[in-house]
Amino acid sequence: MCGIVGLFAKSPGIEEGLGVHLAAMLAQMSDRGPDSAGVAVYRDPVPEGMTKLTLYSPVRGEDWRAVASAIGGEVDSVRASHSVIVVPAGAVEAEQRVRAARADLRVMSAGHVIEIYKDVGLPEVFAEEFELGNLHATHALGHTRMATESRVTTEGSHPFSTGLDLCLVHNGSLSNHNTLRRMLRREGIEFQTENDTEVAAGYLAWRLREGATLEQALEGCLEDLDGFYTFAVGTADGFAVLRDPIACKPAVLAETDDWVAMASEYHAIAVLPGADDARMWEPEPGVVYVWDRAAVA
Amino acid sequence: MTTLLEAEVVDLAVTPLRELNQRLHDLAGTGEGPRRWRIVNPKGAHAVACGLDAELEVEIDGHVGYYCAGMNKLATVVVRGNASTGIAENMMSGKVVVEGSVSQSAAATAHGGLLVVHGDAAARCGISMKGVDIVIRGSVGHLSAFMAQTGCLVVCGDAGDALGDSIYEARLYVRGAVAGLGADCIEKEMRDEHVAQVRDLLAAAGIDDVDPAEFRRYGSARRLYNFTIDNAGAY
Repeated sequence: MCGIVGLFAKSPGIEEGLGVHLAAMLAQMSDRGPDSAGVAVYRDPVPEGMTKLTLYSPVRGEDWRAVASAIGGEVDSVRASHSVIVVPAGAVEAEQRVRAARADLRVMSAGHVIEIYKDVGLPEVFAEEFELGNLHATHALGHTRMATESRVTTEGSHPFSTGLDLCLVHNGSLSNHNTLRRMLRREGIEFQTENDTEVAAGYLAWRLREGATLEQALEGCLEDLDGFYTFAVGTADGFAVLRDPIACKPAVLAETDDWVAMASEYHAIAVLPGADDARMWEPEPGVVYVWDRAAVA
Repeated sequence: MTTLLEAEVVDLAVTPLRELNQRLHDLAGTGEGPRRWRIVNPKGAHAVACGLDAELEVEIDGHVGYYCAGMNKLATVVVRGNASTGIAENMMSGKVVVEGSVSQSAAATAHGGLLVVHGDAAARCGISMKGVDIVIRGSVGHLSAFMAQTGCLVVCGDAGDALGDSIYEARLYVRGAVAGLGADCIEKEMRDEHVAQVRDLLAAAGIDDVDPAEFRRYGSARRLYNFTIDNAGAY
């Protein structure tokens, strides 16, 4: 069991308070996933030619200024064990600099807009420690984890990102992840953990690299992934939702003039303004749902 | 003449859910206390009005979470909103009405009573039903009436894939399209007695704009389980 939430702002008011709403939604999903929590927030795009990295250090009180200067970047912000550092270079180059300077740091996300924060512990505590409340953003995904396939660690928490500005959160479990991981490694996709969800994220990154659209890549999951899943995928422009054809794992979607939201259970949506009057429905099994700027504008 | 009873209002934004359910449970068998209840601000809470065992009328204003009105006996529960997984699961008697739509496993394993859904029901509606009657105004998802033993499922809209898979003696009536029948489920002749049964169930559900003659009947081919004609009366 795990909990998933997603929120896409359609009004400036919701963008401004997105962190507050996200934290409230996450807290509602504590009972589905008390082991660890994580969010991907899409905010403050950096200009072309620059890369925004979210880095995680297991060392308390990490000297992030020193890290930034070692990789030729600047600290944008520090939240608990994570820091967002902006590097005037492409993503591949920026990640290489991190590996060369500090191989002990983990790159949680890379791109122009994405920031990923995740850690073990109760979702409410996580939200407070990472000060989610002061985040303004266009959209975000969140996850609360009850671990099944791999250990409870910061690295094993969701969201997983294996592509630029791309992230995945997952409720369920995959059975063929070891076979798929071997295949994807041969294709040059890198993995940091033994986690099944990271394989699904890697699969999407591989399909997108090979020219598939996000919708095509997700439809490929229906063929190539064996297991139970409700996925929510974040991109620079929006998010997508897919449930496996058996549909054991829950999901509910809701929309108002101000926002689009998805969650494992309705009570995570009930905390949003205007939820009582939202249009609400359950996503069909095996059908890809996508929201992005173009679709909503 | 009885006067219209004042409803006991419980606000779940203030009152803990367990306190509400305990108060409702305490009415079982006593015949004392309020008979009409109105619950506001459910906000998707799980197990609202679960395990009732008295002739109560419970109205819930808003959306509810899992297992609302589960194990219901005698009571009438009306949800003015949507319901999540397992509405009226294992209901024994009484009536549960949902004005919106419901998620999967509605009335799962239910032995009796009537479930009415005015919207759609998702996957596994009536899974392992054991005597409950279910009337769905809209459509039902895949694997509905899976291993259904007895009772009736009436669907005014369409049915998803694998309808009635491994079915026993339940009766399935669908007005719209069926995406696919499950193992050992076949279409059967719609005789007068079946039209009459659908008419009665629609009437009990308060649906008067649907013609019972437009339904088709589905049931067991009796090739998958050990069906013995001598036991037919037991269903």
